[in-house]
Amino acid sequence: MTTLQSQPNHAADAHGTDGAHDGAHGSAEHAKYPFLQHHFDTPYHQFDSAKLGMWLFLATEVLFFGGLFVAYAVLRNRFPEVFSYSSHYLDTIMGGINTCVLILSSLTMALAVRFAQTNRRTGLIICLILTFMGAVGFMVIKYFEYSHKIHDNLVWGTTFYVPPHDAIGEAETKELSVAPTTSITLNPVNPAVFAVPTLAPIPAVDASAIKQASRAPVGLATPTQMAHAEGLPTGEHDPSFAHPATHLVDKKMPANSHLFFAIYYAMTGLHGVHVLAGMVVIGWLLKRAIRGDFSSDYFTPVDVGGLYWHIVDLIWIFLFPLFYLIH
Amino acid sequence: MSHTATTSHETGGKNPGAHPIVGHLVPTWLLVFVGTALLMLTAITVAVRYIDIGEFNIVVALGVALVKAILVCLFFMHLRWDRSFNTLVFIVSVVLVLLMMAFLIMDTRQYYDSQFDGNAPNVESTLQANAPGAPVARFKPYSP
Amino acid sequence: MTTINISQPLDTAARPDNYITHTRGFMSWALTLDHKRIGVMYLVSVLSSFFVGGVFAMLVRTELLTPGQTIPGVTADVYNHFFTLHGAIMVFLVIIPSIPAALGNFVMPIMLGAKDVAFPRLNLFSYYLWIFGALFTVSSLLLGGFDTGWTFYTPYSTTTPAGGVIPALTGVFILGFSSIFTGLNFIVTVHKLRPPGMTWFRMPLFLWAIYATAIIQVLATPVLGITLLLLIVERAFNIGIFDPSMGGDPVLFQHFFWFYSHPAVYIMILPAMGIISELISVHAHRHIFGYRFIALSSIAIAIFSFLVWGHHMFISGQSPLLNTLFSLISFSVAIPSAVKVFNWMSTLYKGNIVLNTPMLYALAFLVLFTIGGLTGIHLATLNTDVHLHDTYFVVAHFHYVMMGSALIGMIGGLHHWWPKITGRMYNENLGRIGCIIVFIGFNVTFFTQFFLGSQGMPRRYYDYQPEYQIYHVISTIGSYIMASGFFLTAYYLLASLFGGARAPANPWGGRSLEWQCASPPPFDNFATQPRVGDCYDFSAIRWDDKEQGYVVDPALDPTTNPRLAAKNSH
Ligand code: HEM
Ligand SMILES: [Cu+2]
Repeated sequence: MTTLQSQPNHAADAHGTDGAHDGAHGSAEHAKYPFLQHHFDTPYHQFDSAKLGMWLFLATEVLFFGGLFVAYAVLRNRFPEVFSYSSHYLDTIMGGINTCVLILSSLTMALAVRFAQTNRRTGLIICLILTFMGAVGFMVIKYFEYSHKIHDNLVWGTTFYVPPHDAIGEAETKELSVAPTTSITLNPVNPAVFAVPTLAPIPAVDASAIKQASRAPVGLATPTQMAHAEGLPTGEHDPSFAHPATHLVDKKMPANSHLFFAIYYAMTGLHGVHVLAGMVVIGWLLKRAIRGDFSSDYFTPVDVGGLYWHIVDLIWIFLFPLFYLIH
Repeated sequence: MSHTATTSHETGGKNPGAHPIVGHLVPTWLLVFVGTALLMLTAITVAVRYIDIGEFNIVVALGVALVKAILVCLFFMHLRWDRSFNTLVFIVSVVLVLLMMAFLIMDTRQYYDSQFDGNAPNVESTLQANAPGAPVARFKPYSP
Repeated sequence: MTTINISQPLDTAARPDNYITHTRGFMSWALTLDHKRIGVMYLVSVLSSFFVGGVFAMLVRTELLTPGQTIPGVTADVYNHFFTLHGAIMVFLVIIPSIPAALGNFVMPIMLGAKDVAFPRLNLFSYYLWIFGALFTVSSLLLGGFDTGWTFYTPYSTTTPAGGVIPALTGVFILGFSSIFTGLNFIVTVHKLRPPGMTWFRMPLFLWAIYATAIIQVLATPVLGITLLLLIVERAFNIGIFDPSMGGDPVLFQHFFWFYSHPAVYIMILPAMGIISELISVHAHRHIFGYRFIALSSIAIAIFSFLVWGHHMFISGQSPLLNTLFSLISFSVAIPSAVKVFNWMSTLYKGNIVLNTPMLYALAFLVLFTIGGLTGIHLATLNTDVHLHDTYFVVAHFHYVMMGSALIGMIGGLHHWWPKITGRMYNENLGRIGCIIVFIGFNVTFFTQFFLGSQGMPRRYYDYQPEYQIYHVISTIGSYIMASGFFLTAYYLLASLFGGARAPANPWGGRSLEWQCASPPPFDNFATQPRVGDCYDFSAIRWDDKEQGYVVDPALDPTTNPRLAAKNSH
């Protein structure tokens, strides 16, 4: 650090760095722009800070989803056959339509920003409504996709093992001695302590009646193993019972296919939560737009909310090929 | 990088009706054009799914997704006109994800082969599977 | 704004209207957007959590006095809950928010010369996230506790019968977002709210440290978020991604966890390093040595911190390839850390050292961080770590860096800025005694654990062989000594609030901007934009008997005395 120059050149300093605020603007700006917060000098200063803040937030979103993308990559790398087989259970057309819906809603969002910038309130309101409807449409299509999968018992984790009642005979269902699909039950690990609602099956027998060996070290025993330790028939000598993880309706399905659906639900589910959050944001923008808060001077919330909505779109742009377009 | 430079065409609020005093105004035709391009790319990538080009399926699918992502970032998200620091922030986050992905794939590929299903060798013969607390033997020992 | 009137007095006279008295009533604090008040609220919350975490620490140490059960009723299972809560509270509730969110919130905008942080409302929101996160984490106690260790390793954490795991995970998830928003706010503040004259390389080193920390907070914490979310889902719905019996991969969890948690240790240590840079130069009254090196080494550490997470997984089944890579990169982290230590030492050299409480804490930091950092090198060595992993050696290592360095740095900073925050001086002699007691107690407690660990005592064990007992006894006695030091510290700090002498604006002779406003600072920090100079140039600072504090003498200041400036440039 060199010693100081005699008199710091304020203007040069402020402009030499990335927009550190320029003290030259004063209270005149604040009187002119009521939305300007006291610690910002100009509307541009405030807008610029908000944008940087939002981009940092978007970076956290990328890393947040990034964890799931990494999990996806690791699992896919380990079980390539699972991914290429199971992805055929996803409906490419539905996924494609959803992609288009999101892209269109992104477009209307970008247009909304433009309308706000040019003081066109009606256009802004219409675009926000269209964006909102895009979000709703996406969720509706997603709902149909999900419910279809759940109906086919293409769900996550241990629940995956359970055949739907109509697919196999009554006797076989009983033989597998697991609870019916998608019942909200206690966590089988420890039903006594904290009631965690779970979609996992519990053995038909009382959990405490299972021999220690079948549960400990806990987590290493699959339901089949539990049944095995119980002396219940597990079907392991049945040639069609390829692996405990096989989906019983489709006997060709490779082992561990449930992992594909686990990561599918994790990623699309988290994305869905973001769409819901986006709907709240757009709704709030809509309310303010109708109130007439935005103008060419002040449209930061529209711009920043738009950035959020675009990142939701961006993530879907990658989810779509990764799940639906695997050959 | 000073704000006088980035806002040179945005004349400090002197003409508020026509131009925003802040931010960049993207022409409508450009937005619509980008939107159309995105839709067309989607159509292409869906179509390619039905052709089997082996390894290249994923390459094409991800390549198209990348192009779409770049379009959204540059035009819908205004990065083309925005401060380059914002772009840097975004790129750093993506790079970190890719870094983690690379390290983890590198690692898992190596150790999956040494992982086996069930107990370590000899554990089964020394432990009685039914002893309280003993690990449970799996049905199929790992076979390469 | 561009010319400075030399005769204009600095804005330092104590005023009846300061940030504490500006408005009154509970709601004026609960809904405040003032960064100073938010900082004080964080400080109180963090220190209370420190007390709770400390109680659990004492319970753990006392239980280990003898092999087998020592405290009636504390079974092995209860013991697991104790050390888990101790660890989780200390890491997530205390050390991570302590410096950035509490002290940083208070001094950072003032040091920068800004009126507030960039997003005051987000700042308050972070604080409430912290509160909710803390409530969730602690509520796990009532819901069955959790006994997974602060690291939540799978498959134990997905299968343990303890009922409080999900609430605790939720709590830590929320705390993560609190940390993210604090970091985000600080980055934008540093980028956008620097006043005229405050260039990057004129920022106090504490701000560089906080900035580097904020980068890590923003980029690493989301990964913790998603990891915990997956763990919650795994535990509640058995999705199997981390469960080996379902084809999942428990090592994947460890990768995820340490991808955050190694950078997180730098979230803890970097701000402390920033504080030490301030303490050492101010209390040695000497210009910091190697300003740019210290500043840029913070950034270097932030970058490196993302590349070494695997050193926690050397014997978790990670592949030899990555083991070697991570070991190698871990060594390189020592370089920027050592750069800092050497620069601090050089600053002290021939300095006019005042051995007051903040300086003593700074010296304690130097010793303890050196020990902690060097033992980190032992652990990063592959073959040594096979022996030392999960022993008390690791426990000693990370207490030297987290408690001996991060927390000691925080307490040093607390003393340094206490007059500024409260407007009162604490009892200097008690302060020195307190620091020495803490230092002795700390070393007795944790140096012993290096022996314990290298002889093979595993960490997180309830019971042990009798030959280890002597070390455990010494360590426990040390922890009692340390606790008494902290109680003394708490006593005189609290006492100063009621009977302490009024603090002058600049009690230590600091040059950075926070010493140019009154103690306690007025509501809007500076009535007039302060003058930004070299914040480590103490040549113009002199003691003033009337003020009972230091003042900047315009005649001695090159920024205001052109003759001096001309002389300096030769
Ligand atoms: C000089 C740089 C450092 C190096 C090379 C280093 C290296 C290591 C290594 C290799 C381990 C793993 C030991 C094992 O589990 O077998 C470790 C553990 C740990 N280190 Fe460091 N370390 C350094 C600095 C720090 C700092 C500055 C902090 C915190 C402020 C820290 C906190 C921790 C913690 C908390 C653990 C234990 C985590 C756990 O298993 O619970 N380290 N360190
Ligand atoms: Cu580490």
